[in-house]
Amino acid sequence: MEIKAIYYLIPSLIMFCCGLYGFLTRRNMIAMLISLELMLNAVDMNFVIFNRFLFPEQLEGMMFTLFAIAIAAAETAVAIAIIINVYRSVNQVDVRTLNQMKF
Amino acid sequence: MSATIPVLILAIPLFMFIFLGLAGKKMSHLLAGILGTLGMGTVLVLAYYTAFHYFFSGDPAFISEAGERLQYIVFNQTWLQFTDRLVISLGFFLDPISAMMLVVITTISFMVHLYSLGYMRDHHGVFEKGFQRFYAFLSLFSFSMLGLVVATNIFQMYIFWELVGASSYLLIGFYYTKNSAVSASKKAFIVTRFADLGFLIGILVLSFYTGTFDFTSLTSVPVEGMANVYHVDLSTPNAVLGVFQSSAAPMFMGASVLTWALVLIFMGGMGKSAMMPLHIWLPDAMEGPTPVSALIHAATMVVAGVYLVARLFPLYLMEETSLVIVTVVGAITAFYAAMVACAQIDIKRVLAFSTISQIAFMMVSLGVARPEFHEGLGYMASMFHLFTHAMFKALLFLGAGALIHAIGSNDYTAMHGLRKYMPVTHWTFLIGCLAIAGIIPFSGFFSKDEILSACGNYSPLVYVWMSMVAGLTAFYMFRLYYLIFWWKEHKIPEGHHAPHDQAWTMSLPLIILALISCVAGFIPFGKFVSWNGEPYDFMAHFDWGVASISLLVAVLAIILATVMYRKENSLPEKFKNALPALWDWCHHRFYWDELYMFITHKIIFNGICRPLAWFDRHIIDGTMDSFAILTNKASELIRPLQSGQVQMYVWIYIIGALLLGGVTVLCLI
Repeated sequence: MEIKAIYYLIPSLIMFCCGLYGFLTRRNMIAMLISLELMLNAVDMNFVIFNRFLFPEQLEGMMFTLFAIAIAAAETAVAIAIIINVYRSVNQVDVRTLNQMKF
Repeated sequence: MSATIPVLILAIPLFMFIFLGLAGKKMSHLLAGILGTLGMGTVLVLAYYTAFHYFFSGDPAFISEAGERLQYIVFNQTWLQFTDRLVISLGFFLDPISAMMLVVITTISFMVHLYSLGYMRDHHGVFEKGFQRFYAFLSLFSFSMLGLVVATNIFQMYIFWELVGASSYLLIGFYYTKNSAVSASKKAFIVTRFADLGFLIGILVLSFYTGTFDFTSLTSVPVEGMANVYHVDLSTPNAVLGVFQSSAAPMFMGASVLTWALVLIFMGGMGKSAMMPLHIWLPDAMEGPTPVSALIHAATMVVAGVYLVARLFPLYLMEETSLVIVTVVGAITAFYAAMVACAQIDIKRVLAFSTISQIAFMMVSLGVARPEFHEGLGYMASMFHLFTHAMFKALLFLGAGALIHAIGSNDYTAMHGLRKYMPVTHWTFLIGCLAIAGIIPFSGFFSKDEILSACGNYSPLVYVWMSMVAGLTAFYMFRLYYLIFWWKEHKIPEGHHAPHDQAWTMSLPLIILALISCVAGFIPFGKFVSWNGEPYDFMAHFDWGVASISLLVAVLAIILATVMYRKENSLPEKFKNALPALWDWCHHRFYWDELYMFITHKIIFNGICRPLAWFDRHIIDGTMDSFAILTNKASELIRPLQSGQVQMYVWIYIIGALLLGGVTVLCLI
C-alpha cells in the first residue's frame, strides 16, 4: 500500500486544530504555551511532509524544521520565565484576569 | 581727525550702562552715581573737544577755503548690505548741527547726572531704591541720543531713535510701583511707536526711490538756482541728481512720492517732538523723576524731531508742500500748548506744555526757512532756539525739581512765597523765565527774535500768530513764577523745617545753566550753523523793529501776569468766571486725552477689537476645537477594542486572517 501525503497531513491538521482550540480556550498560561507548541509542531511536520513529497532531492524543509525547533525551545524558555515572573508578582497565571496592559 | 575720540564718545556711555546695569547692585549707591557722573564728565570733555575741533581748528576737512562748513564722516562701518547701493552703515557724522547737538546733549546730560546725585535721595540723604538702575538708564539714554545725532544715515538714526524711545520708556516708568508712572510710560511708548510707524514707512519709501540711506547723498540734492549746496563727494554711484528727479516724479494721490515720504518722516518727528495731535504723551511723561524730564522731555530727546527735519532740510526744500505742513502743524501746536500751559496747576505740566510750545516754535522756524530770505535765516534760528531752549528749559525743570524736592508736591498751590526760603532756586528760575519770555539780554530773546524775523519774512500772518504765542509764553511763565515764589507763604507745620535750597550737587547745575542762559544769546550762531554751511553774520540781518515789537509784547505780557498774579487777588478768579468754558477747555487740555480715550476705548476696542476677538475665539478657535473634540470622541469609541484579553486578540486575528484568505480566494477564482 502506498503511503500518500494526505495520511501525514490529516494528523498534522488535527494537531494544529487541537493546539488552536487549546490556545483559545485554556486560561492557564502554561496550558496556552503547551497549545502553542502543539501548533508549532504541526507546522514543522508540514514542512517535513512537503519537503519529502514535493522536492525529495532537496533538504531545505528539513533544515527549516530544525531551526524552528531550536527557536521554539528558546522562545519557550523566555515564555516560561515571563510566566514565572507574572506568578511571582500577582500569584496567579490566569490570562483572563491579567488585563492590566489594555489601552 | 582720528576715530578714537568719536568712538569713545559713544562707547563710554554704553559701557557705563552695561557696567552699572550689571554691577550696580554690588556697589554702593554713591559710588554708582559718582562713576556714572564721571563717565558722563569724560564724554563731556571729549564732545567739547570734538565740537571745538570741528568749529575752530580750521582743518580743510571741516571748512572750505571760502569758509563754508563741510560735512565730515569720521568713520562709517557697513553693517547690513541690501544691494550694491542700499547699505546700512553705522558711523559718526560731523556737521554744524551734529557738533552743536554733541555740546547740548553732553552739557545737559552731565548737569542732570550731577543733579541727580542730590535729587534721587530723600531729606535724610537716603538714596532712593533703584538709584544705580537710574544711572544705568541715564547712560543708556545718553548713548542713544549721541548715536542719534551723529548718525551717518537715516537708518542708523532710526535705530537710535527707537533706542531713545526705549530709554525714555524705562525712565518715565522708573517708579514702576506707581500706577500713573506705569501707564504714562506705556502711553509714551505706544504713541511714539505709532508715529515711528510713519517714520519707518517714510524711510522705506524714500530709500526705495532714491536707493540710498546716506545723509550725505540725500542732502546733496541740487536745488535750482543754488550753485553748490553741500559740498559732497560726487563719487557716490550714479550721481544723486538722477535719483531725485526720479523720486520726485512719481505721483501718488495728488502729491509726489517725495512729498509723501517727507510727510511720513515728519510724522515720526511729530511723535517724538510732541506735535499735535501726537502730543498727548509728553505731559504724562512728567511722571518720571524730574531730572529725567529735564534731560529727555525738555532738552534733548523731544527736539529729535526738529533735528530730523533740519537734517533732511535740503530735501524738504525740494517739496514746498511738506514745509507748509511743518509750518502749519508747528503753528497750531505752539498756540494750543501755550493756551493749555496758562491753566495748569502742576508746575511740571506747565513746563511740559511750554516745551511743546517752544519745540513748535523751532518747527515753525524750519517750516518758514527759505534760502531766498536772509540765507535761510529760519534754519539757523531754529537750531539757535534749540540750543538756547535746551539750556533754559533744563534750568527751569531742574529748578522745578528743586522745588518739588523741597516741598514734596508738584502743585503750585502747595508752594507760594518761596523766594525768601530758596534764594538760589528763585534767582535761577527767574533767569530761566526771563530767558524763555524773550527779555533782552537773555538767550531766549535772541533766538526767539530770529524765529520771529524769519516768520515775518515768510508771511505776516505767521509772524502775528507766533508773536501772540510768544506773548502767551511770557504770560504763563510769569504766572508760574509769581505763583511759586510770591503770594503769601503757607504756614510751616509744627516740627517741619522751612523749605530751603538744596545740596550743592543740585544748586551748582542750576547756577551753571543760568549763566549759560545769560550769555548764550551773544554767541554768533550764524557763524557756526547755517542751512548750507556758509557762515554769515546774523547781526547784519538783525531787525530792531521786530526785536522791539517782540520785546514789547513780552514786557506787556509780564506786566499783565504781574497785575494778575503778583499778590493773591480776585482778578484771576474773576477772569476765570467770566470765561468758564475757556478755562475748562484749557485746564483739560482741550479734552485731547478724552478724545483719544473715546477713540481707542469706545471705537477701536469696543467697535473693532471686541468683534474680532469674538471671531477669533469662537470661529477660528472653534473650528480647531471641534477637530480635537471629534478625534477625541472617535478614539473613545474604538478604545474598548484594546481589552487586554489576549485570547480576544487571537480570535480577532484568526477571523481577520480567515476573511483575508477568503477574499484572496474569491479574487483568485
